[in-house]
Amino acid sequence: MSVPLPLAEVIVSLLIVIGGSFALIGSWGLVRLPSLMERLHGPTKATTLGLGGMLLGSVAYFQLVRGEWTTHELLVSVFLFVTAPISANLIAKVHLHRLRLGEASEAAGPAGRPAPPTADTDWATHEAPHLGTPGDMAGD
Amino acid sequence: MIEYALGFGFVALGLALALNLWRLLKGPGVTDRILALDTMVINIIGIIVLAGIAGGSGSSFEAALLLAMVGFVGTVAYAKFLLRGDIIE
Repeated sequence: MSVPLPLAEVIVSLLIVIGGSFALIGSWGLVRLPSLMERLHGPTKATTLGLGGMLLGSVAYFQLVRGEWTTHELLVSVFLFVTAPISANLIAKVHLHRLRLGEASEAAGPAGRPAPPTADTDWATHEAPHLGTPGDMAGD
Repeated sequence: MIEYALGFGFVALGLALALNLWRLLKGPGVTDRILALDTMVINIIGIIVLAGIAGGSGSSFEAALLLAMVGFVGTVAYAKFLLRGDIIE
């Protein structure tokens, strides 16, 4: 690609500034929001948009300014995009589990307190693995 | 121009790490602390990426990839321990 150097610098700087702003806003949300379910929002956006912006800026810098093609950043961003929702889901499950056991108390957010599970369902935290699934050890 | 953007990025990520540390110390629950540690790993990966741009070498991205993997495994291990009382069943 032949992009003039000032334009390349503008692109790289813009991506870095956007990424840094999102990371800062995400952490500010982690401090500021009142309940854990709301606090989960901030850092997940910081992961995808903040780090995604910075990693794209890095790709653009090495490609446009220095003329080297690197793919490490794309590996990092793909890995983070895959794992960030999983860790957020697990943290939310831990939170629900502890709320249900009474180990955590929390003021109800705008959405109110989470509904208790019905008699025949669970939040899949302490439930035994279902028959026929890979986690089913007793059914072997 | 990139130098100013990098300076802004470093300051923003440093402030973000300070905010995460505040949440890590204050809690109030263990889930908040796991979330704060997870976010700290993300911000440190950002600092490594920016340092890679500032240093002009592509060799720091292996460190970023390793830290991403270790951070994810640590978060999952802690969450599984709290959920099931065991990490590998």
